Amino acid sequence: MLITILFWVYAAVLVGAATGVILARNPVHAVLLLVLCFVTAAALWLLLEAEFLAVVLVLVYVGAVMVLFLFVVMMLDVNVEELRRGFVRNAPLAALVAVIVALELGYALWVRRLGVELPGTKAPLPAGHSNTAEIGTVLYTDYVWPFQLAAVVLLIAIVAAIALTLRHRPGVRQQDVGRQVAVRPAARVRLVRMRSEHEP
Amino acid sequence: MAWLIAQWERVPPELQALIVVALQIVGVLLAVVIAVAFLTLGERKVIGYMQLRYGPNRVTFFGLRLFRGIAQPFADVVKLLLKEIIIPGAASPFLFLLAPLIVMLPALAAWVVIPFAPEFVLADIDAGLLFLLALTSMGVYGIILGGWASNSKYAFLGSMRSAAQMVAYEIAMGFALVGVLMAAGSLNLGAIVRAQEGGLLSWNWFWLFPLFVVYFISALAETNRAPFDVAEGESEIVAGFHVEYSGATFATLFALPEYANMILVSTLCAVLFFGGWLSPVQGYLPDGNWLTVSGFHWLFLKTGVFLFLFLWVRATVPRYRYDQIMRLGWKVLIPVTLVWIAVEAVLAWLRVGPWAA
Repeated sequence: MLITILFWVYAAVLVGAATGVILARNPVHAVLLLVLCFVTAAALWLLLEAEFLAVVLVLVYVGAVMVLFLFVVMMLDVNVEELRRGFVRNAPLAALVAVIVALELGYALWVRRLGVELPGTKAPLPAGHSNTAEIGTVLYTDYVWPFQLAAVVLLIAIVAAIALTLRHRPGVRQQDVGRQVAVRPAARVRLVRMRSEHEP
Repeated sequence: MAWLIAQWERVPPELQALIVVALQIVGVLLAVVIAVAFLTLGERKVIGYMQLRYGPNRVTFFGLRLFRGIAQPFADVVKLLLKEIIIPGAASPFLFLLAPLIVMLPALAAWVVIPFAPEFVLADIDAGLLFLLALTSMGVYGIILGGWASNSKYAFLGSMRSAAQMVAYEIAMGFALVGVLMAAGSLNLGAIVRAQEGGLLSWNWFWLFPLFVVYFISALAETNRAPFDVAEGESEIVAGFHVEYSGATFATLFALPEYANMILVSTLCAVLFFGGWLSPVQGYLPDGNWLTVSGFHWLFLKTGVFLFLFLWVRATVPRYRYDQIMRLGWKVLIPVTLVWIAVEAVLAWLRVGPWAA
C-alpha cells in the first residue's frame, strides 16, 4: 500500500519534471528539472529493490554528468530565441520519435499483460539480499567480456574526444611546472656584495 | 518510571522502532551541529595560536572566568539568525533560497551511513560508500545555484570555479575509494572497518598510503577549504559564491555545511584509512587491557586529529592558483591513484599484506 502510494507520487513528480524540462524557458531551470527527473527515477528504482543502480544513477548522472551540463549551460550564453527558430522544421521528426517511443512503451505494457515476468512483478527479496554483490558477481563472471568491451569503447571515446579537441597552437605562452619547480635560486637571483657608502 | 516502561510496552513494535530511529537521528544531528559550533571556535583558536594571537577570548557562559571564549559560537549563531536576509533585486528568489538547503541537506544526510561504534550505525546499507559519494556530489549544486541565482559576477565566478574543482577532485577521490574497496572487499562502511581489524599496521593507510594522501588532498578540495578555497577567493572575487548571502541564509549556505562536511570527511578518513572505531594497539597489548577496547572514543580521537590537520593546513599553506589546482587534480592525483590501484591489484594477486588470508 505504502509502496503503491510512493510509486504514484514519484511517478507524478517524474512526469511533471520531465514535462518541465521541455517547457522551461530558462535552460538552467530545464537542467535542474532534469536533475529532479534523475533523482525521482532513482527513487523509483529503489522501490524496485535495485538500490545499487539507484545510487549509481544519482552518483553518475546527478553527481557528475549534470554538474557538467549545468556548468556548460551557465557558461555558454544560450540564445533561446535562436534555439526555438527551427521548431517548425524539426517538429515532424520529433513527433515521429515521440510516436515510436510511445509505441515501444505500449508494447512493453502489452507484453506485461501476457504474463511475462518483468522486474517488479516478483516477490520481494529476502532482507539480507545484497544487490551490489549480486550485480558484481554477474558482471565479472557471466558478462565479463561485454563489460570489458564497453569499458574499452568508452576509453576510446575519451581518447578520441581529447584528440579531437586538443590543438597545439604555436606562440602560446605556457608554464612548464616541471621547470618551475626545478628552478634554483642561483639561476634567478644574483647576490651582489656591495660596500656601504657611509661608514657607520 | 515503571509507569513509563509500561506505557512503552503498549506502543506497537513498528511504532517503537520508528520512535527509536527518529530519536537516534535527532541525537546524531544534534551532535553534528554542536560539533560544528565548537569546530568554528576551535578553528579560530587554533589558527589564532598558530599566528601568535589569542583568538576569541571574551564571550563566556554566565560570566564564568573558565575557558574564555567558549560561548563564542553561540553568540555567532544568535548574530547570524538575527541579521536581515537580503535578496538581491536581480536574483531569482526561489533558487536563491533553495541553494542553501541543497548544500545543507547532503552534509547532514550523509551521517546516516557512518558507523560510529561497532553496534551503532543509523542505516547499515549495503552500498554505503557509493551512497556517500552520491550524496556528497549533490552538495555542489547548492554552490553552483547559489552563485547563479545571486545574479552577481563575483558569485558566479566563484561557483564556476567550485564546479570545475569538484568535478576534477571527485574523480581522484573516487579512485582513492576504489583502492579501499579492493582492500576491504565491501562497500559497507562497517565491513570496511571490520576488515582492518588488528592494530595500527593492519589499517588501510599502511598499504594504501598514496591513496590516503590523495584522499586527504581531495577532501580538502571537495570541502572548499584552504589551500583550495578559490571558490571563495576573497582576494579576487570578494567572497565567491556567497557574496550576496546574509544572515541565516549565509549560515546555512556557508558556515554549517562547510564545517559539517569537514567533520564528515575527517570521519571518513578515520573510517576508511585509520580503522574507524578500532583501537590502534589492538593485538600489540594483551587483550582485556582498557587500551585495546574498540569503541566510539577512538573514532572521536582520530576524527579530531584529522580536523586539526585541516586547520593546520589552512594556517600554513598559501592558496593555490586556479590552473595549479586543475593541474594537481587531473595530472598528479589521478595518475597516482591509477598507478596505486594497479600496484594493489598485483599485491592482491600475490597475496601480500591484507590479502594474505
